[in-house]
Amino acid sequence: MNHPCLVTLEKDSAPRVLFAGDKLVEADLPKGTRCIYPKPPISPLRDVDAAIRYAINHPLGSDPLYAKLRPGMKLTIAVDDISLPLPPMRRPDVRERVLEIVLALCADHGVDDIEIIVATGIHRKMKANEVRHMVGDRVFEAYWPDRLYNHDAEDKDTMVEVATTEHGEVIEMNRRAVESDLIVYVNLNFVPMDGGHKSLMCGLTTYRSLASHHNPETIRSCDSYMDPKKSELATRVTRMGRLANTKLNVFTVETTINNRMFDRPLEFLAKNEDDLDGRERAMLKGLVATTGRLPQAARQAIFDRFPAPYGVTGVWAGETEAVHEKTLERCYEQYLVPVQGQADVLVCGIPYIGPYNVHAFLNPLLVSVQAQGYLFNFYRGAPLLKKGGTLIITHPCTDKFDHEQHAPYIDFVHRLLPETRDAVELHKRFEKKFAEDPAFIQMYRTGHAYHPAHAFFMWYWGENGRQHIGRVIVVGADNEYIPKLLGYETASSMDEALYRARGEDNKSLDIACLHVPPIVMADVSL
Amino acid sequence: MAASYFDVDGTLVSTNLVHPTLFYLLNQGTPVQTALRFGRALFKAPAMGVAEMADRRTFNELLYSSYEGMSEDRLVLLAEEVFEKVLRPSVFPAARDLVRQNVDSGHVVVLISGALDFIAKRLADHLGAHEVIANRLEMKEGYATGKLEKPVVAGPEKARLIREHARRHGHDLDDCYAFSDSYSDLPMLSVVGHPAAVNPDPRLKLLAKAYSWPSFDLRVSS
Repeated sequence: MNHPCLVTLEKDSAPRVLFAGDKLVEADLPKGTRCIYPKPPISPLRDVDAAIRYAINHPLGSDPLYAKLRPGMKLTIAVDDISLPLPPMRRPDVRERVLEIVLALCADHGVDDIEIIVATGIHRKMKANEVRHMVGDRVFEAYWPDRLYNHDAEDKDTMVEVATTEHGEVIEMNRRAVESDLIVYVNLNFVPMDGGHKSLMCGLTTYRSLASHHNPETIRSCDSYMDPKKSELATRVTRMGRLANTKLNVFTVETTINNRMFDRPLEFLAKNEDDLDGRERAMLKGLVATTGRLPQAARQAIFDRFPAPYGVTGVWAGETEAVHEKTLERCYEQYLVPVQGQADVLVCGIPYIGPYNVHAFLNPLLVSVQAQGYLFNFYRGAPLLKKGGTLIITHPCTDKFDHEQHAPYIDFVHRLLPETRDAVELHKRFEKKFAEDPAFIQMYRTGHAYHPAHAFFMWYWGENGRQHIGRVIVVGADNEYIPKLLGYETASSMDEALYRARGEDNKSLDIACLHVPPIVMADVSL
Repeated sequence: MAASYFDVDGTLVSTNLVHPTLFYLLNQGTPVQTALRFGRALFKAPAMGVAEMADRRTFNELLYSSYEGMSEDRLVLLAEEVFEKVLRPSVFPAARDLVRQNVDSGHVVVLISGALDFIAKRLADHLGAHEVIANRLEMKEGYATGKLEKPVVAGPEKARLIREHARRHGHDLDDCYAFSDSYSDLPMLSVVGHPAAVNPDPRLKLLAKAYSWPSFDLRVSS
């Protein structure tokens, strides 16, 4: 018997509602299509503060935090950046709660040389109001901007080489963290690829270090980013993290949240369309019609306005790997839906938000990240899509970029992709020079732009999907040019896309639909 | 090898050509000379105001006529003081980092400025830039004539000078960078493959957005 979150469509099933950026569209999918829905949210912890205190006092594979504190010590706390969760969490963010408790404990033990670094890696720097939202008013007022600040991977004076692995991977990290007596990493784990050694090895390192694993060769060797045991990226990051941890004193605090992305009035977006009651059906129709008519800026403003009411489902602390094991278990508990067998065609709506466009437009490069990078990789076991299969996505693929955040992406898409889409060639011919572009580096350092190398990493992110997927067909693109640059075909309707996927011999297809958001992962057995 | 060309006033420093000139005018050998020169300069101020709006080159020529009769020795002697008191405090916090970033990327860094060469050279040394293309006062028997030697570095002429510099040194303009704060430097920005708007004025800001040029602010610390 199928899992309740795996629904096989009947002939008279209601149309499925898919995201197409910040619009919602209805798609009639054929009888027999398997729709995979997110599991209901796991019940949140009743007393999060108590869970945090318990975790840091009863850590895994480590002394309790209080036993590591002593007056006069140098302590650095690192926190994740805005790339998770999506959308940002309603206040108080769980990281605020952890920080409040950790800082109070530090004060009790006479530790006052404390700096809090937002572990942005080469992501854009968070703005003051975004940091305040994440860490809360009290911490913000006390620490920003001198003792609470964004990591700057291009400030050569504040980076230091820690070690080199036997594979030649150089670990270059934030000097303040390296020179601290203790590093406390405060994490929010959104998906199984977050956390563990990745937190420090991506968040507090430099382009040079990141290039050791964010490259076409590594990404092509990954079999799902969401299954660390089969991810070459995770293997390399873990190798670097283990070496770094022999030289650093790291205390990891990881937290998990449920998948309650939409608040009550919109909660039905995660439900099977056949199970909606009259009121929900009317609201859905209204939402589809409204998002279809409103100007883009208004749609974005609406979605930007509502932080998600995620509930905290777990807190663990102590040694990095021991902690992360527990985190992964809880992540999988929330996300995994068992699925038997692969599909010839995978249908996915591309939502308006991804890790790299919080408060900005999902530009064409990020559409490819969502499609071939994230959605394709939301599996454990085997890919949901057969090798050489067709991925059908719904998105307008609008040629629009946020000039503040994504300036380097514009050059990447319009100047480099017309030359080649081959990740290896892009890596060899253009990456280094682009990554050193002084103007883009300055935008990263003094503004809120992503580092120029990030555009390349984004392209590589889709590389394992690109190697596996036979073709990508976009339904509802508002232009031909961008899909062509990304290597996609276009179709004016879902019917046309499916007709194309069937091919001239009109073969019958096994179709699956990953109904996101909220996030769902297929646990595929063959 | 690529070159990076930097406008100076408003881009790397918050001063403009008038500030060093004022310093010179106010630091003549005697109070009487100072009063005389300053008075004469004041007399030209309205004309300079009009010229500034109409044509940068005419403005420069009017401004530099204030130097007429000053001895080369004194100009050079005071240059260090002009730099320390006027220019150095006005360098934007992130300017040195940006110049260093260009140098680290292997670029030849050139300051291109309407300022006088002996002052611009000091700024270049301070920022770590390699070369300057700047205005030179015409001298006759050791005294400034109040005219500039040709070519006058201003407006569209900057673009020609960049082209000439790149050709002479074998730089491919497609690989070169240019940085400026002002819409009036559009020709200079357009001539290279990588233009960037730095602390841009509103018109340049709009243009940078339209053409997807990088745009950033050096007035904040990096």
